[in-house]
Amino acid sequence: MTVATRHRELGLSDSEYERIVDHMEREPNEVELAVFSLMWSEHCAYKHSRKLLRSLPTEGPRVVMGPGENAGAVSVGGGLACAFKVESHNHPSAVEPFQGAATGVGGILRDVFAVGARPIAILDSLRFGEVERSARSRYLLERAVAGIGHYGNSIGVATVGGEIYFEDAYEQNCLVNAMCLGLIEEDRLIRSAAAGVGNVVLLFGARTGRDGIGGASVLASAELDELDAGKRPTVQIGDPFEEKKLLECSLELLDRDLLVALQDLGAAGLTSSSAEMASKGEVGIDIDVRKVPLREADMEAFEIMISESQERMLCVVEPHRVAEVVAACEKWLVNATAIGEVTDTRRLRVFDDGALAGDMPVTALVDECPLYDLEPVAPAVSMYPPPVAVLSGPADASTTLIALLRSANLASRRWAFEQYDCLVGSRTVRRPEQADAAVLVIGDPPARSALAVSIDGNGRRVACDPYRGAVEAVLECSANLACVGAEPLGLTNCLNFGNPEKPHIAWQLTRAVAGLADACRALSIPVVGGNVSLYNEAGAGPIFPTPVVGLVGELPKAARSGRLGFAQEGDVVAVISAGSWAPAATGSELAKLRGEAPFGELPQADLGELRTLHAAVRQGVRAGALRSAHDVAEGGLAVALAECCLAGALGARVDLAALRPAGEALLFGEGPGAFVVSGDAQSLRAFGGAAVVIGEVGGSELVIDSALSIPVVELSAAHAGGLASLLD
Amino acid sequence: MKIGVVRFPGSCDEVDALQAAQRVGEAELLWYADHDLRGADAVIVPGGFSYGDYLRVGAIARFAPVMEEVERFARSGGPVLGICNGFQVLCEAGLLPGALLPNTSLRFLCRQVGVTVASTATAWTGECTPGEPLSIPVKHTTGRYWAPDPVLDELEAGGQVTFRYAPGDNPNGSARDIAGVSNHAGNVVGLMPHPEHAVDPLTGSVDGLLLFRSVVGAAAALAA
Repeated sequence: MTVATRHRELGLSDSEYERIVDHMEREPNEVELAVFSLMWSEHCAYKHSRKLLRSLPTEGPRVVMGPGENAGAVSVGGGLACAFKVESHNHPSAVEPFQGAATGVGGILRDVFAVGARPIAILDSLRFGEVERSARSRYLLERAVAGIGHYGNSIGVATVGGEIYFEDAYEQNCLVNAMCLGLIEEDRLIRSAAAGVGNVVLLFGARTGRDGIGGASVLASAELDELDAGKRPTVQIGDPFEEKKLLECSLELLDRDLLVALQDLGAAGLTSSSAEMASKGEVGIDIDVRKVPLREADMEAFEIMISESQERMLCVVEPHRVAEVVAACEKWLVNATAIGEVTDTRRLRVFDDGALAGDMPVTALVDECPLYDLEPVAPAVSMYPPPVAVLSGPADASTTLIALLRSANLASRRWAFEQYDCLVGSRTVRRPEQADAAVLVIGDPPARSALAVSIDGNGRRVACDPYRGAVEAVLECSANLACVGAEPLGLTNCLNFGNPEKPHIAWQLTRAVAGLADACRALSIPVVGGNVSLYNEAGAGPIFPTPVVGLVGELPKAARSGRLGFAQEGDVVAVISAGSWAPAATGSELAKLRGEAPFGELPQADLGELRTLHAAVRQGVRAGALRSAHDVAEGGLAVALAECCLAGALGARVDLAALRPAGEALLFGEGPGAFVVSGDAQSLRAFGGAAVVIGEVGGSELVIDSALSIPVVELSAAHAGGLASLLD
Repeated sequence: MKIGVVRFPGSCDEVDALQAAQRVGEAELLWYADHDLRGADAVIVPGGFSYGDYLRVGAIARFAPVMEEVERFARSGGPVLGICNGFQVLCEAGLLPGALLPNTSLRFLCRQVGVTVASTATAWTGECTPGEPLSIPVKHTTGRYWAPDPVLDELEAGGQVTFRYAPGDNPNGSARDIAGVSNHAGNVVGLMPHPEHAVDPLTGSVDGLLLFRSVVGAAAALAA
């Protein structure tokens, strides 16, 4: 094959190739072409999304590190910052779910400790095909969950939350998004900009092998036609023990002020880490690939540059401190090797045992990739076939509620979260299924404030209405935080979409980003980082458009963290809702059970009103006025009431006559803007007309007058068994 | 009173154990490569995945330099507690009887479980009352306690079963619901549940504190 056509194999268009030749002022050689193909891949260059992402608000008084670094960070008081980010590992997980998910966790952990923060929590957002019907989806789920647990448990970072949805649209393209939070003293945050001409570039961590070669360009930037075993070698293999040593070693090096800059090696390996460091520092970097410790002796120069072997970090060190750095690495049983130096050339130069093997302008690699405009066209009909109906014909409210609780999307996640260590680190104040958001204590006694975190993104609702669906993802996280008493500080997102070169996908992406931007502005929540995963489609069509939102907030008193379960007999149950709350069947779990395709407008949220509503719930929880708080989401009000009963192991009797709309839309309809709360009658009066008292906690049944009456043990059996029974 | 907490490469719960120990006295981390217990009056071998749990859980850690000192300390009557991976290490080192096998589910399991105190005649349970129910989390893949039946009979007869899972709460298929055992002298105890994750009402129960309080008394008695 000639170089003249090789660029197409590597995912570059003819015009992109011509542009590279212009910048190089000659034809690139094989090493250079490999480097360019990765730096100019969708995964690294965001060429179909960067223009859109500019519309997201990124500034706020608490932002201490915005987008562009390994992770964003917000100030959380007491001189501490929380660094966090969510990232996808979708394509590798579709090919090899255990290692794909495990290395997804490993990658996001490195992003967080690359800025100097000690990781304290992991969350995961997962999407698979219908596990009731698809053996392949059951396999992907089981192996992905095992992989997440394997990595997170072994490295000793608590997995505190997450979400899982099952839809046919993810049958061929599962989604595995992992989020990590870390803590660091604000003034100790480290950036990745290389600096200091003559300083040493040092690679530490695992040896470099052929695993993951071309992962970013081959797997992450093109459609997966089908389960392609031939692509399996491009999936990286994770070693959490190596990463544990790397984590402790990196934090010690930073603690001792031995590093000028630090960067993790993720997608595109040495290529992107060195180019990004040089670009940010406005310097050049020389690397000699023969100095890189290898797993396989005969690796080509280009292979060493693009390998995605895991558990590696790149740092810049002043020459007189190299010996100290190497000694600290040895203490942690970590390899460290000087492989290059910082130059003033603003070029990335690759040497192979001293001989120049590649020489590229850094700006061309990092900044000159063409950015494309999308050409959005709204579809006239649903892009997705209707799901298989589970409820056929009219059903009474009891039957419907039990069917919803048992459905894979709403059933208990205990099967999954018990495979994760949610306790290590001794910060976990609210464990999974105890509250709407995870809560982690920070700070020393007696102050003991806390962080709260939630991750959410309901693809079916975004498929119906990309703008409002994306708005809802932000609102849902904000509502989750309100229920534990937390105020949002910053947001990270992962945009999982199909092929953006197709007009309907472009429409989904454009509208969803507009929704995220508007919701974040209305709630004054800055976006401090994120990730984009496109081309999630295969022969059967695209995935549901799935913008996954991760939201981090704070609460002043950890001991006052809210819970979702009813707390004591005799407490008054109320619904606190916005005037604009208008639950409807469109895009709901009930519509799915009835076999309705996801299509049509969602209820409009009044963002200003919801901001006030969330603040009121937050204050109620903080003040101790609400003994439980739970937002009404998937499955509607009836499911929310059932979940409050299940989490508290208590019944309740309620009458919904004072609420609107009536009937099925009220019981099972979905739309943002309502909470189920409980407390004593006097405390609830403080909410005025926003809180409508509907009944009382007590007994062993959930009774909704004139609709249903079901023993809590029956609710529990449906909820507990829905997912677990498919998998054990 | 000082409690030393061993740190191997791959330990995960050593800081949790350190902080739990600091609730009852002084505490310090002990580096795996040092032949030095730094004057500790009691030693905790903590949870985690020492050396990645590669080869076999606990099998590599038991050869770490610091373990020679821990063994010497244990054989001279010093109080030693192995938690989860630490329990596995102590079994590998021959300081405790039996072995830990993969859970019957073959999966990692993290869950709050009921544990009852089966023996108060150890350095780590003196403050408990016999039969006292405790709520303590487990989190492990390899926690199914096993020993040959005659050994189990002997352990039961000799009061070496220190903790049992509450009826119906055995999370891993352990023989005779055994959650923790001691050596014959009672100074060395190992258990799969994590008492260091049950010391703060904010993050769970406080039942685990009893073990840390117990060793303070035991160490004082030794010193006297």
